[in-house]
Amino acid sequence: MANVLVNAPKTARKGDVVEIKALILHPMETGYRAGTNGRLIPRNIIERFSATWNGVEIFRMDFSPAIAANPYVAFTAVATETGTIAFRWTGDENFAVEHQVPIQVT
Amino acid sequence: MTALRFLFGLAAVFVASFALAQTDPRHSGYHDMGAALQKMQDDDTANPAMLFVQQGEPLWRQKAGTANKSCADCHHEAAATMKGVAARYPAIPKGADQPVDLEGRINLCRTENQQAPALAAESPELLALTAYVALQSRGQPISPPDDQRLTSFRERGAALYRTRAGQLNLACSNCHDDNAGKKLGGATIPQGHPTGYPIYRLEWQTLGSLKRRLRNCLVGMRTEAWDFTDPQYIALELYLMQRARGLALDAPAVRP
Amino acid sequence: MQRRVFLAGLAVTVLPCAAGATPDSMAAAIQEVTKGAALQPVRIKLDIPPLVENGNAVPLTVTVESPMSEADHVRAIHVFNEKNPQPHVFNAWLSPRNGRATISTRIKLADAQKVVAIAETSKGLFFTVSADVIVTIAACIEDIT
Repeated sequence: MANVLVNAPKTARKGDVVEIKALILHPMETGYRAGTNGRLIPRNIIERFSATWNGVEIFRMDFSPAIAANPYVAFTAVATETGTIAFRWTGDENFAVEHQVPIQVT
Repeated sequence: MTALRFLFGLAAVFVASFALAQTDPRHSGYHDMGAALQKMQDDDTANPAMLFVQQGEPLWRQKAGTANKSCADCHHEAAATMKGVAARYPAIPKGADQPVDLEGRINLCRTENQQAPALAAESPELLALTAYVALQSRGQPISPPDDQRLTSFRERGAALYRTRAGQLNLACSNCHDDNAGKKLGGATIPQGHPTGYPIYRLEWQTLGSLKRRLRNCLVGMRTEAWDFTDPQYIALELYLMQRARGLALDAPAVRP
Repeated sequence: MQRRVFLAGLAVTVLPCAAGATPDSMAAAIQEVTKGAALQPVRIKLDIPPLVENGNAVPLTVTVESPMSEADHVRAIHVFNEKNPQPHVFNAWLSPRNGRATISTRIKLADAQKVVAIAETSKGLFFTVSADVIVTIAACIEDIT
C-alpha cells in the first residue's frame, strides 16, 4: 500500500470552495541523474494525478520529471454534494495508486 | 495556590523566558531557512516528513519478533509515553555502559524486548519509527540527561567538534561556531543544533537521521566519513545536544 | 511530450545534469500550447521564492483571477522552465468545479533560471507571468558513493 497523505475537510456547506492537499511518497527519479557507476538512473516518475468528486473529474495534472520527489499538490474544489473524493496517481513502472476520502456537504 | 499567585507565577515565567530569548544567541536552523521552507515545515498537511510519521504509527502498533510484541504493548500511547524522549537522547540504557542514540534505543527494544532483528540504518522502517517517536517531543526543550557516565563520551565529542580534519583542514567549529550566520556559496551556515531530527533534507529528497547528516559534513570537509556504527557519532551527538540544551525540538523538520 | 535520453557521462555528481532546455526550447514548448495566440501579462500570479536553498523542492503557487463560471473559466495552467533538461514542469486541467484557479506544488530547478506560467481560459485567452529564481545549494552534501 502506497504512502499517501491527503487533507480535505470532512464537512462543508454546499457552494463552499474547499482546499484539497495531496502528498504521496514517490522518488520521482528524473532519468537525468547519474548513479555511482556513471550510468544514468532510469526515469521513474508519476505521470498523472487526478481527482474526482462522486466520479466527476474535478482536477487533473500531468507531471514531468521537474515535479519534486514525494509530490505535493494543493488545489480547490466547490462542495457540490455529499460523497467521495477519489484520487488517482499513475506513472512509470505500472505505478497506480488510488485513495478516497468521504465528505459530507450540507 | 490561589489563582492570583498562579497568574503571578505565569507572568514571571513569561518574563524570564522572554528575557532569556532576547539574550540567547542560539537558534535552530529553522530560522536560517527562507519563509517558503519554514512554511513547508510548519504545515503538517504538507510537510513531506509527515509521510514517514504516518508510516511510523502503524509500525508502533505492529507485533514483531518471536516475542510477538508491539511497541504499544509496553509503551501504550506514544503521545503520552514518548513525550520528552527524543529530547534526552543519546543516553545510556539500563544495564549498559555505552550511550546510544534514539535509533540505537529503538533497535535495542527490537532485539531485546521484541526478539526481532534490528532495523537497518536509514531503513524506511527505522526512520518511520524514529520520526513518530521524535514527533512526540515537538516543542520540548532539549534536555540531556544528568548522567555522570556520559561526561567522558561528551568530552570526546567536544574534542572531535574542535579537531581539524580532512583535505580542507576544517573542524566543525570553524563553520558552525566561528562563521555561523555567514554565507558559504550562497547558503547560510547554520549553528548546527540538532533540533529537527530526523529531518526531511531536500538534498536527500527523503527523511534521514542526524548520523546521516553528520556523515554529509565529513564528506563535505573532505575527510574520511566514519562508518555508521562508529561510536564517534554518538560522542559528537552527545556534545551537540549539550550545546543545544534548552532549545525547542522542532522534529521532524525540513532542511535544505 | 518527447522523452529525450541524455547520455551525460560527464556529471557524476549530485548536482543535476548540464544544459538541456534553453530559452529556445522553452519558447517552442510554449508555442505548442498557445499555437501563436497572444500572451497577455495580466490576471495570473506566480508565487515562487526568488532565492531557494535547494533546487530539489521549490514551492510554487499559480493563481489566476477568474470567475470560474461555465462561461468564463481557466481551462488549463501550464508551467515551463528555461534551464532544466526539458522545458515542461506541469500541465493542470481545471473546470468550474474548482471554484478558484489556484494550484500549489513543488518543483525541481536545476539552476538559476526563469519559470513561466501560462493560463488558458475557456474563451481562448492566454495569460502569462514569469519569475526569476536563483538556486543555491548547501555546502555539505552527500556524494553518491
